[in-house]
Amino acid sequence: MKRTLPIVILLVVVTAVLLFVGLTGGRMSGPVGVASGAALPGFSASASTPEQALNNYLLDIQRRDWDRAFSGIERTSDTLNEPAFIQEWTGSNGGLRSFSNLERFDTRPLHATTSDADMRVRLHWTTPVGPVENVRDFHLTHRSDSWKVVWEEKPAPNVPAQIVPVNYLRWDLVSGSAGEDWGSRSVDAPKVRIVSMNAIDSAQGAIVMGEVVNEDTIPAFVNVNATLVDGRGSAIDDESSFDKILHVLLPKQVTPYRIDFPKVSLARVKNVRMDVKATLVPASSDPVIGVMNQKLETDAQGHPVLHGELLNESGQVVNIPHVIASFYDNNGKVVWVADGYVERALMPQATETFAVEVPQSLAGKVQNFHVVVNQYSLEKS
Amino acid sequence: MSWSINTVSKNLKRCCFAAPAVVLWICASVGAKAQEAALRAPSGAVAGAATSIGTSGSGSATLYLTGPATALKRDVQLGQDISLSPRDLHSAGRYLAIVCSPECSSVTFFVAPSKPSRLTFLVHPSRAPVGLNDVISGVAIPFDEFQNMVIAPSNIEFQLAAGGAAPTSRTVQTHDGVAWFRTNSGKTAGALQVIASWNDVSAKRVVQQVASDPCSLRIKGQPAAKGILVETEPVHDCSGNPVPDGTIVTFTAKNGNQTSFVDAPVKQDVARATLLVKGPVVVSAASGVAMGNELRLNGKE
Repeated sequence: MKRTLPIVILLVVVTAVLLFVGLTGGRMSGPVGVASGAALPGFSASASTPEQALNNYLLDIQRRDWDRAFSGIERTSDTLNEPAFIQEWTGSNGGLRSFSNLERFDTRPLHATTSDADMRVRLHWTTPVGPVENVRDFHLTHRSDSWKVVWEEKPAPNVPAQIVPVNYLRWDLVSGSAGEDWGSRSVDAPKVRIVSMNAIDSAQGAIVMGEVVNEDTIPAFVNVNATLVDGRGSAIDDESSFDKILHVLLPKQVTPYRIDFPKVSLARVKNVRMDVKATLVPASSDPVIGVMNQKLETDAQGHPVLHGELLNESGQVVNIPHVIASFYDNNGKVVWVADGYVERALMPQATETFAVEVPQSLAGKVQNFHVVVNQYSLEKS
Repeated sequence: MSWSINTVSKNLKRCCFAAPAVVLWICASVGAKAQEAALRAPSGAVAGAATSIGTSGSGSATLYLTGPATALKRDVQLGQDISLSPRDLHSAGRYLAIVCSPECSSVTFFVAPSKPSRLTFLVHPSRAPVGLNDVISGVAIPFDEFQNMVIAPSNIEFQLAAGGAAPTSRTVQTHDGVAWFRTNSGKTAGALQVIASWNDVSAKRVVQQVASDPCSLRIKGQPAAKGILVETEPVHDCSGNPVPDGTIVTFTAKNGNQTSFVDAPVKQDVARATLLVKGPVVVSAASGVAMGNELRLNGKE
C-alpha cells in the first residue's frame, strides 16, 4: 500500500499535465499551413486562429456534434437554420452523403488578414462506393475574440409538390412455358459491339478504355472484360469494367467503359483480349437525366475538370447519380474515361452539379467529351 | 436396310469390337464353341414395331439382346421365331442378338427409325433487322415418336408468312436427317411466322423483324418555361418502318464552349427532351449512325 500510493499520485499528475499540454499547445506544433483532422475526442480549443476555428468546426462535423458546429458558424442568411445545416452535411433522400462518414480532412490557408481568412479543405469521406474526396473553400471571419466559419452555402432548393406525368417505357421478360419444344423458347441475347478501345499507361498501371454500343432493339445488360496477354501468349491479368460502365444500355445507346489493371505496365503487354457480355434484362427508360452546361475548365487547384449539371427530367428520385465521361481527341479517339459519384440525391425536375477530373497530361488532347449517367435508386434495388 | 449373320467363333474379334461392353464377357466365354443354332436377322425392323429373329435347331436356349438402349436376357426355344416386342426395339440403331444353348451364335441387325412424329425446328435469329440478305436461317430435324432422328430422306416444307404479305414456301429434302433454309428479311417490321412441316407434323417459330437503324432525323424545338423543348419528327428506318420505342436519340446543345446532352428514348416514334440552356444555342440530334438537322434556338433565362 505504501508503495502503490505514490505511483497512483504520479500517474494522476502526469495525466493532468498531458491533458493540459494536449488542450493548449498541442495544435500549434503541427506543420505550418497544413492542419489535419485529428484531436483529442470531446475537446475543442477556443479559436484564436482561423486554422483552429476551422479545425474545431470540422471536428464537430466529424463527431456529428451539430449543435456545437452550428453555434460556431457565422450565418449570412436567416434561411439557413440548423436542420438545413445538418442536412447539408448528412445528406438526405438516400443520397450518397447519407451513407458517408467524414474520415479526415486537411486544411490549407489560402489568404488571411486580421479580420478575414480563406481556407481550403480536402475532405476525405468513406462511402459505400469507396473513398471520396472533395475540396471546399471556407471563408472565416474574426468576430470579437474568436474566428468563425462563414456559412454561405445556399440551402438545397425545395422541390415543390407537383404531379409529374410519367409515360415511360419498360421492358419485361416473359419466359415460355416449360412444356414447349426445344428451340421455341430461345430469345437471342442483345447484340452489342465494342466500337473503340484504347490502352494507356498511367501511374497506377495499365488502363483499357473505350466505348460499347447496343446495336439491338432491346435493352441489354452489358459488361466488358479484358485480358492482358504477354509476348508468350500467357495471360498477365484479367479485369472487368465493374462500375466504370453504364450497365443497362437502351437501344442504340453508347457507354464508355474503363478497365484498370493496377500495377501492370503496358510495356509487358503484347495483346489485349476484349470480351463483351450482353444479357437480356428487364429495363426501364425512366428516369431520363440530361447533362447540362458542360464545360471543360481549370479548377481552383489548377486541375482540368469537366463540370456541368444533371437535370432529372422525370418524376423519380435518383438517389445516387453516377457520372461517366469519355473524352476524345481530335480524331474522335477515346483518350480518357473518368467517373464520379454525385453526393446529393437528384430530385425530380431538379438539377445537381457534378465534376470529373481529367489528367493534366491529357487535358491538351481533349477536343470533345460525352457524359452518361448511371442511376441508383433505392426503390429499384 | 441390311443385315448380317455372324458366327461367334469366326467373327470373335469383330463381335467383341462392335458389341457393347455388356456382352463382351459373353463373347469371350463362348468364343471357342462351335455353332449349332443358326439365327436369321429380321429384315426391315422399325423402331417401335414388333419383329422376330428366326432360329434353327432345337431345344431351349438363352437369348441375349443388346441395342442402343436395350439389354435383355430371355429363355427361348430353338427352331421357333424369337418375338421381339415393340418395347424391346424403341431405339433405332445396331442390335446384337446372341443365342446360347450352350454353344452360342449371334446376329446383328439394324432397327430403322419409324416415321417422323415431331420436328425439332431451330430458327435464328429471334430478331432480325429488315432488309438484310440471308439473315434468317432455319434448321429442321425430324424425329420419330421414340426420339430417334429420322435419317431417311424426308421432304420438309418451310413456310414463311409475314403480316400482310402472301406466304411463301419451299420444300427441302433432309440430308442425313437435316433440312435447312436461309432467307432474307422482309422490308416491313413485324412478326415473321416460320412453319416447318412434314405431312401433318409441323413446328412453328416466330422471328421478330425489327426496324433497321434510323435513316434520317429531323428535329424541331421551341423555347420552354426553362430552356428549350426539342423533339424529333417520327423516326423511321430507310424502309419507312418506325424505329422501336426506347431507341436512344442524343440531343446536343452547344453554346460557345458549353455543351448539354440528353439521351432521350423514342416513345411512339418521337423522342423529346428538355435542354436547360440559356441564350442562343445550336441544337443537333443523333441516333445510331443517323445525324439530324441543326437548329438555332434561344433558351429562356
